[in-house]
Amino acid sequence: MKLLSDTAVLLQKELRAEFRSHELLTTASIFILIVIVLFSFTFDPTTAESKQFGPGLLWLAFLFSASLMLQPSFLKEKTNDTLSALRLAVGDPFAIFLAKLCANTIFLLVTELILLLVFGVFFNIAVMPVFWKLAFVFFLGSLGVSTTGTALSAVSSQARMREVLLPILLLPLLVPVLIPSAEATRALFEPDHALRWDWLGILIAFDVVFLTALWLFGEYLLEE
Amino acid sequence: MTKTAVYTLLVCVLMGLSAYAAFYVAPTEVTMGLVQRIFYLHAPSGMTSLAAFLVSFVGSVMYLLTRKPRWDWLAVSSAEVGVAFCTVVLLTGPIWAHPAWGVWWAWDARLTSTLVLWLLYVAFLILRTMMEDDDRRAVVSAFFGVFAFLDVPLVYGSIWWWRTQHPQPVVFTSAGLDPTMRKVFYLSWLSLLCLMALLIRQRYELEASREELRMLEQELEAR
Repeated sequence: MKLLSDTAVLLQKELRAEFRSHELLTTASIFILIVIVLFSFTFDPTTAESKQFGPGLLWLAFLFSASLMLQPSFLKEKTNDTLSALRLAVGDPFAIFLAKLCANTIFLLVTELILLLVFGVFFNIAVMPVFWKLAFVFFLGSLGVSTTGTALSAVSSQARMREVLLPILLLPLLVPVLIPSAEATRALFEPDHALRWDWLGILIAFDVVFLTALWLFGEYLLEE
Repeated sequence: MTKTAVYTLLVCVLMGLSAYAAFYVAPTEVTMGLVQRIFYLHAPSGMTSLAAFLVSFVGSVMYLLTRKPRWDWLAVSSAEVGVAFCTVVLLTGPIWAHPAWGVWWAWDARLTSTLVLWLLYVAFLILRTMMEDDDRRAVVSAFFGVFAFLDVPLVYGSIWWWRTQHPQPVVFTSAGLDPTMRKVFYLSWLSLLCLMALLIRQRYELEASREELRMLEQELEAR
C-alpha cells in the first residue's frame, strides 16, 4: 500500500512537471509528425500499400521518438541532483520506477493517439471505427516501451555518450514490441477489425517479464 | 606443462577431430551437396553462443546478488565469447544460404533473431566501454545483461511467429538426420563448447590481472 501511495505522489509530480512545461509532449509529437511526413516520400501513401506498410512505419516512428523522449526521465534527476532526495523520500525504490514508467506510458500514449489521427488523415485510413481497440494495442505496446525505456534511461544517465547510448540499448530490445504491435495494428485496419490475441499475448508477456525484472533488480540502478 | 597448455592442446585436438569428421566422416547431403558441411560449424556455433550468453546471464544475476567482482568478470568474458560465436553464425549462415536459397540473406526467422541477439550483446559491450567507474559499470551492465537475456526468448518467439523460412530443426527430433551426421554434429558441438570454456577462462584471467594491476597502482599512489 505504501508503494502505491508513494507511486501516486511521485506520478503527480511527474505529470505536473510535464504539464507545466509541455516539453516532452510537444517535441515528441512534432518529431513523430516529421518522421511520418518523411516516410511519405519513401513510398506512395495514396495506394493500398499504405495499409500494408503504414502500421509498421507508425510504430517505427513511435519507437524512435520514445528512444529520444525517455532520455530525460532520469537525466533530469541527475542534473538537478534530486535522485537521492527521491530515494530518501520513498520506502521502496521501485515506486520511483513505477511512477516514472506510468508517467512515460501516459506521455507516449497521448502523443501516439494524437498522431494516430494525423496518420489516419495523411494515409487515408479510417481509424475512428477501431479507435478504442487501437488504443488498447497502443497501451500494451507503450507499456512495454516505457518499462524497458525508463529502466534503460536510468542506465544511460550514468554513462558517457548517453544520447546515442539509449537508442543503441533500447531499440534491439524492443524487437518483440515492434513486431506484435505493428502486426496487431495492421490486423485492426483489415476489413474485419479483429483483435489479434496471438500478437497481444506476446506483448503482454513482454510487459509482464520486464515489469517483474525491473521490480526485482531495478533498485540496484539507483544506488549511489 | 601448465594446466592451460594441456587444456588448449586438448581443445586443438578436439577441433581437429571434428573438422576431420565434418569433411571426411559425415556423408555428403543429397540435395545441398558439399556446402551442407558448413552446418557442422554453423549450427553448433549458434548453440554455443547461446550457452555463453546463458553463462553471462548467470554471471550478471550473481553479481547483482553478491557484488563479488569475479561474477562481473565472468559476465563480460562470456558475453564477449558469445558475441564471437554469434559472429561466426552470422558469417557462415549467408555462405550456406547463397547456394541453398539463392540469396545471401533471406530475413528468415532464425538468422534474423540471431542478428538481433548479436546486436543486443554488442550493445552490452558498448555500454561497458561508456562507463568510467568500475563498480557502477559492473552494476549497470549486469542489469542490462539480465534484460538482454530475458529478451532472447521473446525475440525468438516474435520473429518465429512472424516469418519462418528456415529449415526446421532436425537435430533433436528422432527422424530426419542421418545417424553419422548426428554424431559428427554432436562432436563439433562438444569441441566448440570446450573452445568456449577455454576462451572464457582466458578472458576471465585477463580481467583478473587487470584488477590486480589496478590494486597495485592504487597501492603505489598511496605511498
